[in-house]
Amino acid sequence: MAITIKVNGVDRTVDVDSDTPLLWVLRDVLGMTGTKFGCGWALCGACTVHIDGVATRSCITRIDSIGTSAVTTIEAIGATAAGAKIQKAWLDREVVQCGYCQSGQIMSASALLASNPHPTDSDIDDAMSGNICRCGTYLRIREAIKQAAQSSGQGG
Amino acid sequence: MILDHLTSRMTGPDRSPSANDLSRRTFLQAGAAAGGGLMLSLSLPFANSDAQAADADGFTPNAFIRIQRDGQIVLTMPYVEMGQGTYTAIPMLIAEELEADLKQVRLEHAPPNEKLYGNPLLGGIQATGNSNAVRASWQPLRQAGAIARTMLVAAAAKRWNVDAATCRAQSGEVLHPPTGRRATYGELTADAARMPVPKDVALKRPQDFKLIGTPAKRLDTPAKVNGTAVYGIDVQPPGVKIATLAQSPVFGGRVKNLDDAAAKAVKGVRQIVRLDDAVAVVADHMGAAKKGLAALKIEWDDGPHAKLTTEAVAGELEKATLNPGAVAQNIGDVDRAMASAVTKVEATYHLPFLAHATMEPMNCTVHVRKDGCEIWIGSQAVARVQAAAAKTTGLPLDKVVVHNHLIGGGFGRRLEADGAARAVQIAQHVDGPVKVVWTREEDIQHDMYRPYWFDRLSAGLDAKGMPVAWNNRFAGSSVASRWASGWFKNGLDPDSTEGAIDLVYSLPNMHVEYVRVEPPGIPTAFWRSVGPSHNVFVTESFIDELAATAKQDPVAYRLALLDKTPRAKAVLALAAEKAGWGPPLPERVGRGVSLQYVFATFMAQVAEVEVAKDGAVRVRRVVCAVDCGTVVNPDTVRAQIQSGIIFGITAALYGNITLKDGRVEQTNFDTYQVLRMNEAPAIEVHIVQSVEPPGGMGECGTSAIVPAVANAIFAATGKRLHKMPVDTASLKQPG
Repeated sequence: MAITIKVNGVDRTVDVDSDTPLLWVLRDVLGMTGTKFGCGWALCGACTVHIDGVATRSCITRIDSIGTSAVTTIEAIGATAAGAKIQKAWLDREVVQCGYCQSGQIMSASALLASNPHPTDSDIDDAMSGNICRCGTYLRIREAIKQAAQSSGQGG
Repeated sequence: MILDHLTSRMTGPDRSPSANDLSRRTFLQAGAAAGGGLMLSLSLPFANSDAQAADADGFTPNAFIRIQRDGQIVLTMPYVEMGQGTYTAIPMLIAEELEADLKQVRLEHAPPNEKLYGNPLLGGIQATGNSNAVRASWQPLRQAGAIARTMLVAAAAKRWNVDAATCRAQSGEVLHPPTGRRATYGELTADAARMPVPKDVALKRPQDFKLIGTPAKRLDTPAKVNGTAVYGIDVQPPGVKIATLAQSPVFGGRVKNLDDAAAKAVKGVRQIVRLDDAVAVVADHMGAAKKGLAALKIEWDDGPHAKLTTEAVAGELEKATLNPGAVAQNIGDVDRAMASAVTKVEATYHLPFLAHATMEPMNCTVHVRKDGCEIWIGSQAVARVQAAAAKTTGLPLDKVVVHNHLIGGGFGRRLEADGAARAVQIAQHVDGPVKVVWTREEDIQHDMYRPYWFDRLSAGLDAKGMPVAWNNRFAGSSVASRWASGWFKNGLDPDSTEGAIDLVYSLPNMHVEYVRVEPPGIPTAFWRSVGPSHNVFVTESFIDELAATAKQDPVAYRLALLDKTPRAKAVLALAAEKAGWGPPLPERVGRGVSLQYVFATFMAQVAEVEVAKDGAVRVRRVVCAVDCGTVVNPDTVRAQIQSGIIFGITAALYGNITLKDGRVEQTNFDTYQVLRMNEAPAIEVHIVQSVEPPGGMGECGTSAIVPAVANAIFAATGKRLHKMPVDTASLKQPG
């Protein structure tokens, strides 16, 4: 069936089963490969996108559950204030190694920062522990989120 | 490309000593590149003497440096980036001597060609592994940079009719300070290509390095934070279909019956491919392919390994250590020393099968045509992929084109071509390109695993408690023997024994034997920190046990055995000092230490752990001291150590692949757990300044942390762990 979703501000109509996970619509139907596949069961966070600003695992999100909500992916997160700060901090702190999980990490961190400009260590643990990194970049992710939060503070 | 065949055997001036004197066997040619640039073709030497002889007949370049007329410097290198920072470190080596800015340098993937791109420290096999990209290229790439710079300066001097000695190279330009003249490298390339290749080039002294030793920014990172980086799983050749698969849950099993009616009815499913031991669902997208896979009714013939269990594998290994193995090292007379020892200590150790669980699940995209095969993949060993595809299709090698891509985690998994072979088998039945993507469950249950190891150790201590005899006999799979048959000689291979022999400690009588046992029904492969992932755990656990038996402090006990290895002594002392070794910790909190010399790097770690009443272990802090010789990029060294430690803690606390009824029992990140953000310890890295040649960095952190954690648990609880992963039930506080 034809379903229309709004991705990064653009209406996209796709013809897939209504229970198809958003992840595969993004990657295989729309060709937006920045969002990654890791586990298929919301266990690793690699597929994280924002739905109306909330960090959401796209691998278990049915396409027919989205309705008129706004889907934001890694390809467009840099256009948000929090996303841009997080991306900059990721580069400044040299967080990335293989990089495969980092789209999801950045989406989780951006959602955290947008909703909580000054997260504590415990807030960071809560928001980020659903995102696995096999390269073990956790320490730098924490530092980068703190740096981004600090730049939020300076920006008012 | 036109080559002038200006061959020069480089015999540069004296430089820092190297374990393999690579420089004397290095050839380099220079000439004009297509389009008018300067091309240096470099033949990285083979460490393996057989490979050296095979290639002695002619010049076989395997690394290329192209200086273009626009000033861009393009490197084609036999190494791949998988997160370890190689794509930043390699350009630093060349740019340092070339006097170019790092941002002028770009790296390209090398196409598969084992003859051209074979890794000298892997016996000429084209692969990135064993922590050796920087180790292997340290001398030749700096020499190549110096030669290119010398030719560019000579070209400028000739053009200006001045003495080359009065010119200077700086940031991609040649300057003539007396007259203020300057020319960019781009402007000089055509002339430089006609200059003779200098016979002697002086390399910089370490104190003059501008780039090497600085925390240069990673070159591969920007695309990885905005979703534009392309991994193997991201390729989209026109018309590509997506497939996923179910392979026989028991290795060696076959498809007995298949009912695919329901799968075929799924919207978007295009085709079912039935192979002898697997079934694939080909669809428009992975959502449909997975739905189709779930709808398949497959009956398997489990084959000869239908009843295999982990316990059976472990039992075979244990039995094998009752008989002699191949002698890996013998020092002194262990039997005599043991007979006169005051105290005897015995221990056995078990290390489990481990999966790689790279974040990017296994995948490979293939287009098989009648007259050729095209492959898109992220591989640590691209020539292996090409060979596997040629074998599967029956096509000649030159009809198989492989496009290599970024790797979403290697850790040894992507040194293997099993996935590519499987994808090609499927693609042979598909009209057009097909991307085969493993589900996480397939990825974990059809990995090739870090081998299970069983070790039997005994030691004799003198009246002061110091070791006078050390006996170690261990059994397990020799991955190296399968991967590169030439490496297995007289019952031994260099990987399986690394970390078990040539110990940093002075042991007057030592005897180490290895018994090769290949487990049935489960394939094995290299896994981050390879042989040392096993041997360092055993060695460092046992030396700790000896210290405890002797009622001595674990650090002091080790230090007393290190007079002949000052670099090892220095890292141990530094780690202990920075960790605040000594003062007591609260109840159920303990510090543990480990020390190793593997991958040509010295490393000591102190782990601080807390064991809860229910036995749950939390690693709170890790202090690491490292002497890896000359540091090319200190930020990458820190990142790799942090990475290796987290990877190793995952293994120590959770890593366990088990077999029941021939099947791997773990399926996804719920049953094969990985350390998460909330569990990550504070990690401090202290780097010892050194001008020794660089050691490997990608894997050391992993092998060192596991015994440090186990020893810390002993300190916290008094419970000595002889089996990984940590059994929390055994650590419960009584009462």
